[in-house]
Amino acid sequence: MSDLREIYQQIILDHYRKPRNFHELDGASHHAGGHNPLCGDRVEIYLDVADDGTIRDVGFKGAGCAISTASASLMTEAIKGKPVAEAKALFEQFHHMLTDKESDIPEELGKLEALAGVRQLPVRIKCATLAWHTLQSALANQLDQTVTTE
Amino acid sequence: MLNPASTEVTEATTPQGKPLVTSTLDVEAVRRDFPALGQNIHGKPLVYLDSAASAQKPKAVIDAVAHHLAFDYSNVHRGVHTLSQNATDAYEKARETCRRFLGAERVEECIFVRGTTEGINLVAQSFARPRLEPGDEVVISTLEHHSNIVPWQIVCEQTGAKLRVVPIDDRGQLDMDAYAALLNERTKMVAMVHVSNALGTINPVGRIVELAKERGIPTLFDGAQAAPHMDLDVVELGCDFYTVSGHKLFGPTGIGVLYGRHEHLETMEPYQGGGDMILSVTFESTEYNHPPHKFEAGTPHIVGAIGLGKAMEYLESVGLDAIAHHEHELLEYATERLEAIPQVRILGTAEQKASVISFLIDGIHAHDAGTILDQSGVAVRVGHHCAQPIMDRFGVAATARASFAFYNNRADVDALVAGIHGVLELFGDV
Repeated sequence: MSDLREIYQQIILDHYRKPRNFHELDGASHHAGGHNPLCGDRVEIYLDVADDGTIRDVGFKGAGCAISTASASLMTEAIKGKPVAEAKALFEQFHHMLTDKESDIPEELGKLEALAGVRQLPVRIKCATLAWHTLQSALANQLDQTVTTE
Repeated sequence: MLNPASTEVTEATTPQGKPLVTSTLDVEAVRRDFPALGQNIHGKPLVYLDSAASAQKPKAVIDAVAHHLAFDYSNVHRGVHTLSQNATDAYEKARETCRRFLGAERVEECIFVRGTTEGINLVAQSFARPRLEPGDEVVISTLEHHSNIVPWQIVCEQTGAKLRVVPIDDRGQLDMDAYAALLNERTKMVAMVHVSNALGTINPVGRIVELAKERGIPTLFDGAQAAPHMDLDVVELGCDFYTVSGHKLFGPTGIGVLYGRHEHLETMEPYQGGGDMILSVTFESTEYNHPPHKFEAGTPHIVGAIGLGKAMEYLESVGLDAIAHHEHELLEYATERLEAIPQVRILGTAEQKASVISFLIDGIHAHDAGTILDQSGVAVRVGHHCAQPIMDRFGVAATARASFAFYNNRADVDALVAGIHGVLELFGDV
């Protein structure tokens, strides 16, 4: 069970039980829905992006497994108050961490490092990236478009 | 030969030619027939509870496939040389085994298909499509696998017919009053699952046929989940079509059988055109071959058919009744053990059930449970089980499903229960 403890860390279980920023956003400037048909997970991402490109506020709704819920929750914490460009760069690093087993984990990822264990479970990587793909879709201003991870 | 130590095979046969097996099932002897069951996963003995998705293969099947590929392989129905004759004999012998296994009267009534999915598509396109007119109705149920929904949606789209769906109750049982009420003069086809893959519900197929027959409506059954668990007899059932998948029957993938009543097969249009399904071809016209060959265009899955025939012989040697009895006991034991865990809720509690248990764990997503169980060697299916309307009916996105085959034992149930306790422990008091 040691590997499992590494994947299902306390921080992940905590964000699963008590997801942060778990709400819709009134007057959101960007929104997108995401769907993982494999497991039925759904997530909605709402963004309030200022004219200068800063993500003023972010919220999410949805139902999913511990990994996808915790990943969405941690993502909202990580990108709130950051410029859009920085959020996109963070996704690149996060994605790299999950898909390259041997890679070092950059410090910039902060608490997102907790999800590194998921790279041991190839079939679950999509759970961890669902919220991020949906964020990307929202930022592309594809209003009300549903992305899928399949 | 195929006489596992577990059973005592007599010379006697049933009226359909099935061997009469007087036995109780020796599960430990059966387990030794399946090489896959002896391996470790993540350092733990494999506990395979996903046979409803696809079943493991007995050595008899593996050997038959290997032997055919090594020594008897050639194309069928074509050559005059010895190997072609051997391959044709083996392929057609497998068809005869399918006839006996399904309880059909005539061997020509058994068409080799890729699996249940293709069997249903074949009936939808070759039988139903030419008979359906705008406003006609096709009746299915909430319990269907996507493979018995989408082919009918396609044919309804093509013809202007309407899909009507029989609801289920909270236990996952077909609402037979609603079914009876749905049948009318516009109903041209009833297509139902025999055993639900997601919930394990065994449908009252005899009564379904009876009510359809009163109105002269043809019936098809998706038997993918029924065939591994019970003795089938399509003649006694009186259905028009019945289809099964080889890989769920402990045979190879890519092969299955569609049973169709001969009178239908004679008049049905071909499903695909090509070699083997014709008697003569000119550029002006083509004369089709007789059933079953009319529906088997191109070189078939020869070795798949041979493997499936061997799997059916193996099941007959163990005894379908002994299998049903063993699995029923296992289902009762597993249900009792799972119900004793307060955080577990079983979805699908039909009076008549096959050995399938779909369940939810309070506050824990099925995908997480599946991952954690896998780490303890326990293989279960998680997700919507290709039956999203059932999940919608119960308002859940996904369940975990433990499905038991005749090679599972009580120790497997105990490992599942211990695994669930491990899941609960890891998640703490969610």
